[in-house]
Amino acid sequence: MKENYRKGIIYKNTEISPNIYELVLEGDFHGIPGQFYMLRGWDWLDPFLSRPISIADIESGKIKFLYEVKGRGTHIISKLKKGDTLSLLGPLGNGFDMQMEGRIALITGGIGIAPMLYLAKKLSGEIHIYSGFRNNAYFLDQIRPYVKTVKIATENGSIGHKGFITEIFDPKDFELVYACGPTPMMEVVLKMCKGIVPVFVSMENHMACGIGACLGCTIETIRGMERVCKEGPVFKGEEVVFND
Amino acid sequence: MTRVEILGLELKNPVIAASGTFGFGREFDEYFSIEKLGGISTKGLTLNKRDGNKGIRIYETPSGLMNSIGLQNPGVKGFIEEDLPFLENMDIVILANLGGSTLDEYLEGIELLNNTSIDFIELNISCPNVKEGGMAFGIKCNTAERVVKEAKKVSKKPLIVKLSPNAENIQEMAYSCVNAGADGLSLVNTFNALAIDVYKRKPIFENITAGLSGPCIKPIALRMVYEVSKVVNVPIIGIGGIINWRDAIEFIMAGATAIQVGSGNFIKPDISLDIIKGIEEYMKEEGIKSLEEIRGII
Ligand SMILES: Cc1cc2nc3c(=O)[nH]c(=O)nc-3n(C[C@H](O)[C@H](O)[C@H](O)COP(=O)(O)OP(=O)(O)OC[C@H]3O[C@@H](n4cnc5c(N)ncnc54)[C@H](O)[C@@H]3O)c2cc1C
Ligand SMILES: Cc1cc2nc3c(=O)[nH]c(=O)nc-3n(C[C@H](O)[C@H](O)[C@H](O)COP(=O)(O)O)c2cc1C
Ligand code: FES
Repeated sequence: MKENYRKGIIYKNTEISPNIYELVLEGDFHGIPGQFYMLRGWDWLDPFLSRPISIADIESGKIKFLYEVKGRGTHIISKLKKGDTLSLLGPLGNGFDMQMEGRIALITGGIGIAPMLYLAKKLSGEIHIYSGFRNNAYFLDQIRPYVKTVKIATENGSIGHKGFITEIFDPKDFELVYACGPTPMMEVVLKMCKGIVPVFVSMENHMACGIGACLGCTIETIRGMERVCKEGPVFKGEEVVFND
Repeated sequence: MTRVEILGLELKNPVIAASGTFGFGREFDEYFSIEKLGGISTKGLTLNKRDGNKGIRIYETPSGLMNSIGLQNPGVKGFIEEDLPFLENMDIVILANLGGSTLDEYLEGIELLNNTSIDFIELNISCPNVKEGGMAFGIKCNTAERVVKEAKKVSKKPLIVKLSPNAENIQEMAYSCVNAGADGLSLVNTFNALAIDVYKRKPIFENITAGLSGPCIKPIALRMVYEVSKVVNVPIIGIGGIINWRDAIEFIMAGATAIQVGSGNFIKPDISLDIIKGIEEYMKEEGIKSLEEIRGII
């Protein structure tokens, strides 16, 4: 049997950059990079649905999440303090393919950086990270020990390249690419890499059950509609049909 | 103690997983043994496979959610070949939830299901999310009556008709369906509802409207079950926002023989086990030997 919603005790929940929080829970948690948990930081019925959040790291006796405060759910979670409890269900989804080796690029936009620490730690191969942000860079200090190079872009130029991260990335330098971020960024990455290097993307969608039963989170793929929470969230780039 | 009987069939307890929130049981069976449930209603089936709707399908609302899945399903044949074998090996009552866009589609679907081990057909004349999903049949009494009459002629399985709360008049609708041959009724399906993205200045859903469910609809659903129970004398399955044993008992007191848990499954996969346990404890505390004692007492 898989484990149902369980409680985690908050070890720390701190704002590491404006609106970006690092949440660490105590307990024996499992999961591979790219998998996620459904989080409920409240006992009552409103907000009704749990929030899907990627595993940012797992170490013995602790799990880490990195999240951006967007709406009510993440706002409530951001107010929790050390010692408070939070309910969570997981690990869910497929996760990244960990068999890959060689020269690997991790490309992230904004909070899409969340799963990359754990991924960089667990991947063998030569890893280079390309991270784009709006104004402030975050979380890279923790990732740096596990990668060969760190490239940064900000839209306002406050740090690193001024502009988009895809402008300083050359697909020819790599044998494999993992991307996580806003859909427009992932579409650009896929276009650039097409025919040059394989890309894996981590997709998002609104979720209800998180376990593959409600068909609420499906996206269009070349095989038909597939569930982000079950067949995903990680898909081969060329298999996702983007339509906008 | 919690046993109930529907149309001669015994359910271990009155708690059934609601259509569309529970798939075909496989995913939930990884979290708890679904044989502990009284029954399961399958994802809404249509004669042919459907991919469902594009665009956003789930949108949270205060104490509930709106959905526009659009009856994504493997088709009746796909269900029989791929999903039924898993369920029929289990000690659980199976309701095959069947939608359709035309009368013929319903009838062909029923014929295929006739030769299987499913226990009930739950005729979905109430899905708001596809033009041809059946809701057209569930608004006006005369169209509903026609489908149910024809379905009843063809069906070798007991026929439970699932009503839409969007029906023009729920009592008349219930009465018409029973008159046309429905062996039982289940209600309610989701309420047709609207949400707007004020920045995009567009509806959230591509279909404009979507179906509202969850605790926010419970008091209205309960009122409808109560009203329907006054005008028909077939078994009623109560549905709408049930998330704890108290909700379940309310529906039974309002006239339901069994209940279904839908959106509640999303906030805790084994929420139905809590509900079953709660019902047992309540019965013990109150000295109730059979749920028949309290059914329809309001
Ligand atoms: C597999 C997966 C992994 C994710 N990992 C992370 C992560 O590590 N860190 C992080 O900050 N965010 C992550 N997200 C996005 C995160 O789930 C949303 O930002 C969050 O649900 C928003 O909730 P809210 O209450 O703040 O916003 P509200 O707007 O109040 O949420 C309303 C509803 O919409 C849903 N929703 C809104 N935006 C999204 C979205 N982008 N994706 C999915 N559901 C959404 C909510 O879950 C909720 O049901 C992930 C999403 C998915 C699908
Ligand atoms: C995501 C989702 C999918 C649904 N799909 C179906 C369906 O395929 N057929 C059907 O008859 N009802 C469907 N329903 C309606 C439920 O079975 C139930 O009638 C309704 O949600 C009210 O109950 P609840 O408040 O407990 O969720 C669906 C509901 C949800 C939330
Ligand atoms: S969230 Fe229910 S199927 Fe993915």
